[in-house]
Amino acid sequence: MNVHMREDMSLHSMRADDGIAKGEELLKVDNISLSFGGVKAITDISFDIRKGEIRAIIGPNGAGKTSMLNVINGFYYPQEGTITFRGKRRRRVRPHETAREGIARTFQNIALFKGMSTLDNIMTGRITLQKRNMFWHGLWTGPAEREEIEHREAVERIIDFLEIEHIRKTPVGRLPYGLQKRVELGRALAAEPALLLLDEPMAGMNLEEKEDMSRFILDVNQQYGTTIALIEHDMGVVMDLSDRVVVLDYGKKIGDGTPDEVRNNQDVIDAYLGVPHEEA
Amino acid sequence: MSPAILNFIETCLNGLMAGVMYSLVALGFVLIFKASGIFNFAQGVMALFAALTLVGFQTGQVPFSHLINAIFGTDIHHWGGGMPTILAIVLAMGVMVLLAFLLERFVLKYLVNQEPIILFMATIGLAYFLEGLGDLMWGADIKRMDVGLPSGGSFWWEDLTRAWAPADADYYGMYIDTLDVSAAIIAAILVTGLTLFSQYTATGRALRAVADDHQAALSVGISLRRIWVIVWSLAGFVALVAGILWGAKSGVQFSLSLIALKALPVLILGGFTSIPGAIVGGLIIGVGEKLAEAYVGPLVGGAIENWFAYMLALAFLLFRPQGLYGEKIIERI
Amino acid sequence: MLYREAGDFKTTYREDNQTFPIKSERYLFWGAMLIAFCVVPFFVNSYWEKSVLVPLLVWSLVALGLNILTGYCGQVSLGTGAFMAVGAFACYKLMTAFPGMSIFFVVILSGGVTALVGMLFGLPSLRIKGFYLAVATLAAQFFLIWVFNKFAWFYNYSASGQITAPERTVFGIIVTGPNAAPWATYLFCLTFLFIFAWLARNLTRGRIGRSWMAIRDMDIAAEIIGVEPLRAKLSAFAMSSFFIGVGGALFFSVYLGAAEVTEAFGIDKSFLALFMVIIGGLGSILGSFLGAAFLVLMPVFLKNLFVGSLGWPTDVAAHIQIMLIGGLIIFFLIVEPHGLAQLWRLTKEKLRLWPFPY
Repeated sequence: MNVHMREDMSLHSMRADDGIAKGEELLKVDNISLSFGGVKAITDISFDIRKGEIRAIIGPNGAGKTSMLNVINGFYYPQEGTITFRGKRRRRVRPHETAREGIARTFQNIALFKGMSTLDNIMTGRITLQKRNMFWHGLWTGPAEREEIEHREAVERIIDFLEIEHIRKTPVGRLPYGLQKRVELGRALAAEPALLLLDEPMAGMNLEEKEDMSRFILDVNQQYGTTIALIEHDMGVVMDLSDRVVVLDYGKKIGDGTPDEVRNNQDVIDAYLGVPHEEA
Repeated sequence: MSPAILNFIETCLNGLMAGVMYSLVALGFVLIFKASGIFNFAQGVMALFAALTLVGFQTGQVPFSHLINAIFGTDIHHWGGGMPTILAIVLAMGVMVLLAFLLERFVLKYLVNQEPIILFMATIGLAYFLEGLGDLMWGADIKRMDVGLPSGGSFWWEDLTRAWAPADADYYGMYIDTLDVSAAIIAAILVTGLTLFSQYTATGRALRAVADDHQAALSVGISLRRIWVIVWSLAGFVALVAGILWGAKSGVQFSLSLIALKALPVLILGGFTSIPGAIVGGLIIGVGEKLAEAYVGPLVGGAIENWFAYMLALAFLLFRPQGLYGEKIIERI
Repeated sequence: MLYREAGDFKTTYREDNQTFPIKSERYLFWGAMLIAFCVVPFFVNSYWEKSVLVPLLVWSLVALGLNILTGYCGQVSLGTGAFMAVGAFACYKLMTAFPGMSIFFVVILSGGVTALVGMLFGLPSLRIKGFYLAVATLAAQFFLIWVFNKFAWFYNYSASGQITAPERTVFGIIVTGPNAAPWATYLFCLTFLFIFAWLARNLTRGRIGRSWMAIRDMDIAAEIIGVEPLRAKLSAFAMSSFFIGVGGALFFSVYLGAAEVTEAFGIDKSFLALFMVIIGGLGSILGSFLGAAFLVLMPVFLKNLFVGSLGWPTDVAAHIQIMLIGGLIIFFLIVEPHGLAQLWRLTKEKLRLWPFPY
């Protein structure tokens, strides 16, 4: 879509270069169960995400979609099951460790840093890539300043890409909803993730904003080669964007496959059309 | 029973009674925090201010006499008459309600929707203001609080407990101050009364509704401003009672306001929003403090009561961050 | 007309990152520094030194430290007084144990000791948040003061329990003890403040500052993005305590000369520092200075007014003063909860467009 994109390819392949070929398994979720006290949020769910694809997770409200993302990036610890990311099996990791391994995400209810500007918010996304310690930052002049400028350049490319140059120095609290969502995407992109998790990136947007956001998601996927998992309620968007879809209902997996397969799956149709549930 | 066990029991009893007093102050905090999300640091100074006002009315002092003397070169102190204790208490309560009203009118109204830290700082400002105002109105000298509560050791209890020890033991019975006992009883009545009030009256229900969700409460027609006046009046009432009880014990002076600091560990132990938490937390802190003073204090050179309660609460919090009665926190994003 | 950014173009990211992005602001700053370093020392007398300048400099340093923790990292602390005491006692012990050590390094080392203690008491912040943490820092306040009172080793077994700063020099000029010249103590403190303000600015403008602010604004999201809460919070506690410790060391050795721990470093000092930060502006370096200036100067002004001009008794004046301070704090919070620094920012916005309204 614009000239900057091609130049960025090298930048964004830093973490993607892990010996996993496009189409191979990047993340695998095995028999995950999660409960809070007595409430079961997720029951025995398994699926995989392949490198380079856009994977949608759909399901009615309360199906456990956000919980699933929280499990993937280490915010919740599942009681059972394992997660394999880039060939490494893990059970208990802190969220900041998964961030370091290359998982970035956005949030259902915008979770920007309200006291900071757009620029600083996106710069914060690169926190795992910045290496200079407190000593150098205290001195500033020299290595710390060079590092800051280097990352600033990368962030400016993201700002260009998302077309938010004009709000660079605006405190994010003052921005309208649609732009906040975009800044949040920018913050996640800034981390140059191998896997990008998007939690309802288009919730509450109007048609035009949805189109913009879809375009950004497709661009990120196709031009940077970033693998994306997204939760979305707008079925039109899901069917158009995603390569494969996993369907959750009441914390269980009821469907998995290409958009067409899922669309014709009887369980999925029941769940969405509201056939009475038999309590499990 | 051996004297060692009896001493232990005596320490616990004294701790329990001190604990009830802590609960009382903590309750003032909890009431305001629940209804408005304000961590009211001025609660202790409110107790001091209420006690000063009460004594001032009782002994017939002229308010602001020092200031008047300074400006006009006069020398006035008392207007020549006192008033019955009951009337003075009612008037002091009136002053606290007026204070609550003025607070709502001139301060809280403008601070709605501010961040908690700003509200907290405002109450520290209020604490300074009230401290200065109290001293300016009634003078900074130490005053005696006498509202007719019995005081002194209980001989009956001492004689009774002496008989529990073996006859040949070197034991003289337990010492319990009757003032402490009556204070504990009054505090217990007050705590029960407030709990019943918030559970079974319409105003109490409105208070709990506001505590739960301001917006929702507004939408069903509860006047937030009226509720705030009521809550701060209630807190003023609790402060008055605390001021009377603590004042009767150790005189009305600046250090009275420091009881707020005693109540804080109770709050983090019991949780800022839980009335039972304030009560049980107060008792735990009271007993723990007295036991530590008696059995740990001598090992490290004493005077540990200033920080022991905090360390106890802190240690507890590390294992249970939600406090004694809080629900387990499930973080969401 | 003086304050313009038109024509002041930025062509590199480096220029865009400047502390004072506007030219006239830069001139203003360096002009003020020139006056502070080269002109004021010639005019300063003992009254101005003791009741205005030195307390102003020391409290600015302390406010700066607390602002790092509370304003930038969002952790409310009520233990500032105790951390100042740690700095003061570390300074005293070092001064008396190593008489040959330069006072400059003694003060810095005292800050280092305080940083370690601060980190220790910052540990609970990993588990508890908000007001619970604020109350927990009170534990540090009471415990540390108790320790300094109880164990005579800290005050070298002096009979009065006081610590007294011996005479020390920098480049042969006396800066501590009763014989220090006003201009010398003033310049000594000013140098420290200048260095530390520069340090604070550097730490808060880059990655470190962003990790603190991320924790402040939304700690859960910050962790998911890759900010390590342990590191961010403890580094904020350490840095903040470092500043406060240096402030405490100067407060004791240069300003007070002799100190008794409960009186000099009580909980009222913790509140005072917090007031400075709130009134000045949370998360603003300039705010730390403005807040400190306001709360140091106002009592001096009120005292001059009531006792000096109106001739009222000191106790009445003191009561009115405390009332007014309380009232003014509430007033400021109502008028501008983001502090004096925000007022300054708004003034600048207006100035930028002046004489046009938009």
